[in-house]
Amino acid sequence: MDLHELSLQQAQELLRSRKISSEELTRAYLDRVQRLDPQIKSYVTVSGELALEQAREADQRIRTGEGSTPLTGIPYSAKDSLSTRGINTTCSSKILANYKPFYDSTAIRKLKLTNSVLLGKNNMDEFGMGSSTENSGFFTTRNPWNFDYVPGGSSGGSAAAVAAGLAAFSLGEDTGGSVRMPAGFCGVTGLKTTYGRVSRYGLIPLVSSFDTIGPMARSAYDVSLVLEAIAGHDPKDSTSRIEPVQIYSETLKKSENLRGLRVGIPKEYFVEGLDSEVDASLRTAIKQIESLGAEAVEVSLPHTQYAIPVYYLILFAEASSNLAKYDGIRFGLSERDGDGLLDVYLKTRETGFGAETKRRIMLGTFALSAGYYDAYYLKAQKVRTLIRQDFQKAFETCDALITPVAPTTAFRIGEKITNPLDMYLSDVHVVAVNLAGIPALSVPCGLSNGLPIGMQIMGPHLSEETLLRIGHMYQSQTDWHMKHPSCWND
Amino acid sequence: MKYEPVIGLEVHAELLTKSKMFCGCQVVDSITAKPNHYICPVCTGQPGALPVLNKKAVELAIRVGLALGCEIHTESIFARKNYFYPDLPKGYQISQYDQPLATDGNIQIETEAGIKDVRIRRVHLEEDTGKLSHADGNSFIDYNRSGVPLLEIVTEPDMRSSEEVKAYATKLHAILRYLGVNSGNMEKGVIRFEANVSVREAGSDQLNTRTEIKNLNSFRALTQGTDYEIWRQSEIYASGGMVEQETLGFNEATGKTYSQRGKESAHDYRYFPEPDLPPLVLDRSWIDSIRESLPELPETKTSRFIEQYELKPQEARLLTSEKALADYFEAVVAKSKSQAKPVSSWMAGEFMRYLNDSGKNMEDVTLSSESFARLIDMVTDKTISGNAGKTVLAELLKNGGDPAQIIKEKGLAQVSDESFIQEAVMKVLNDNSSEVEKYLAGKETLLQWFIGQVARATKGKADPNVTKELMIKALEERRN
Repeated sequence: MDLHELSLQQAQELLRSRKISSEELTRAYLDRVQRLDPQIKSYVTVSGELALEQAREADQRIRTGEGSTPLTGIPYSAKDSLSTRGINTTCSSKILANYKPFYDSTAIRKLKLTNSVLLGKNNMDEFGMGSSTENSGFFTTRNPWNFDYVPGGSSGGSAAAVAAGLAAFSLGEDTGGSVRMPAGFCGVTGLKTTYGRVSRYGLIPLVSSFDTIGPMARSAYDVSLVLEAIAGHDPKDSTSRIEPVQIYSETLKKSENLRGLRVGIPKEYFVEGLDSEVDASLRTAIKQIESLGAEAVEVSLPHTQYAIPVYYLILFAEASSNLAKYDGIRFGLSERDGDGLLDVYLKTRETGFGAETKRRIMLGTFALSAGYYDAYYLKAQKVRTLIRQDFQKAFETCDALITPVAPTTAFRIGEKITNPLDMYLSDVHVVAVNLAGIPALSVPCGLSNGLPIGMQIMGPHLSEETLLRIGHMYQSQTDWHMKHPSCWND
Repeated sequence: MKYEPVIGLEVHAELLTKSKMFCGCQVVDSITAKPNHYICPVCTGQPGALPVLNKKAVELAIRVGLALGCEIHTESIFARKNYFYPDLPKGYQISQYDQPLATDGNIQIETEAGIKDVRIRRVHLEEDTGKLSHADGNSFIDYNRSGVPLLEIVTEPDMRSSEEVKAYATKLHAILRYLGVNSGNMEKGVIRFEANVSVREAGSDQLNTRTEIKNLNSFRALTQGTDYEIWRQSEIYASGGMVEQETLGFNEATGKTYSQRGKESAHDYRYFPEPDLPPLVLDRSWIDSIRESLPELPETKTSRFIEQYELKPQEARLLTSEKALADYFEAVVAKSKSQAKPVSSWMAGEFMRYLNDSGKNMEDVTLSSESFARLIDMVTDKTISGNAGKTVLAELLKNGGDPAQIIKEKGLAQVSDESFIQEAVMKVLNDNSSEVEKYLAGKETLLQWFIGQVARATKGKADPNVTKELMIKALEERRN
């Protein structure tokens, strides 16, 4: 078995018994990145030297036996929207191409406390705006299962890195499916956490009221180990949740079946436009979950059809404001050879932002303008409440809901990039979760023409434990999560 | 035609917190502190940084809201006010918009036109911007001030003259100082005014197009700016023109307003609720406990001083114009054996004159209330004369010390001994024979002058009453 094939638990056992060192493990990953990533392009920045330094520190900690954790010495990567002190954090935007934060995001800081090893930063759609990484200001990441296909987005780099064995796990970020959708497209397990469960401090925002950081890994169990390390209240994030963090992995270890759980199947998610193979895989997966003792019932989320317009409207509005700080004054790209202040603003933003980002800033600026606010932003917020109530109602009778992650498997590079609306519609199954602020887990549940199919398991606020348990039990009965693209063995 | 101005005021007051509104950075003197040394990811708008509300700022804002008789809302919302400017690091300012912290208050003002109420529309919290400066063709930004908590207090358009505007501003200034929420130091820009001015036919209740004058940073600028704008708009209407809605600046050097932005280029701030901060939800009991801790405010104190110390209204208003002054007065009264009246005359007279002349504040006064009380008592019991008292007070205020010691050193103790005074009287009369002749010829007003000469000759030690008696006697003796 090659080192990159080890699960977190296996790797940790070998590290603790000192059969391998973190430095060896890290070198193995860095070698793979060096060999394979020129084709896959999942990394924007590889911080190899720092990684080796961190690995040696981890080895030191393990040697002295002082409080090593399940993640100590484990090499990981992070979406490039998470601020990393002294390491480029670009959001895959030219406007931040050379931006080095002078502070760590809370999630990164918490991982530093475990002495896990940051290999580098993953490609994404610029500022998270996209579903394929084609909107990256630098390059498009390839789907490891088929290099002609997109990895999904916006956390496409993270998903591809985990799928290709270029990181043991990755921190993604989900605003409207950005963890789940690429996890589904790349055949990895990804968790969109409850809004506020993981501190957003230091996460470069796309939509402040939707953004969530979540782990992407090879199994629900691995996800649970990462979540334990990064979740929790943060006094620096006023929107973070104060409830104590559970030891999810302990629950998973003890779990034997899914008896007593009731899962809902929202009929609005199984309609026209859903690929027949995706549909079939989901039906099979639901049967397997039933066979583990859970009861499956059909439910309705009647306002589902409004999720896409509501999501994008709020996104445009908040993003237009969140992106205002990139003005060439304090950090990032600064075009100063123009004539006066206005020129600095115009030239910096014109050169620095990509087309999709500009489109969304314009739409958001319009939607928030005097005279339009009520018709767009306010109306969207009201419909958002209806969508949230749909879920509340469903969770009165169900512990979780199961749907496909996307209507199809990954699409071809270039297929949708010229049609933004078509691209927006690929998010149809994932955005409602962000509107409601609830958690959802994406687990691989099939393959179609050599491309992974993803199952989405949604639950009420702070139900991560239940979702991970369902995912873990499902994965204990199936091996979809153990299937790998051919580059895995390269 | 006679015109009448309609004026509303927006006041921005920095709140006296230790740390900034949304981060832990220290609030420092924006003039003397080293630029950009009190900053962090939050107040410089680094990507990913998040605001965390300063509870003390909320408490101070509630104090003001309560003192102005406002309704304090148990739920209020922070909103983003979006616009581009280099001193605004995030590209938006966190403020409050359609659900402010407090609304519907009131301040009573008094001018020659009488007493009236100015309604407060709203009181809300927001963050200050950085500070821009320009030199040698370059622009510099100091973010030390970025994120300092500000209170915005907005009136209804209830004022009808620059006198009323000044009376309102002065009263509000005093209230903020009383509450201990603002240093009141206008030179440091801790209170800034914006006036909304329109002009209409006197007696009409129509509201005409208004202009907004920004950056009025002193009482003088406030009065001058509004006066100029009232005149300018009246002139426009008088010549048949129309006032345009615009944002104006004020030039202190010329005393004139000038156009900054027309209506077309008016900002659309695209307000929306700040998603990084949950709604501000307040506990009723917390608001009640803040209410209970409010100090006595100027108005109440003035009335109490008139009643309790039998002061004249004017004196009472003067002594309550500042909390520190009023507290000092009460301390002196409490420690003095004299009545409140002489204390108030000393304070409203010599003491205030000293502060005004020397440009000092109450904070600069080192004279203890005990010493001041002892000094006044010595004048009351005639240990020293009133004039000598003034000399001692001046010395105490300037160099400090013990009143008795100064009196001794300067030989100021009053003497009622008739032979001593008689001697001085005779000397003054002998030295000024021509004045004596004038007096005897009928110019009796010279009596006071003779007494003054005796005081001078005895360095104020002579009891003026005894002097007067002996002086009249001596002059009458010379009549024949």
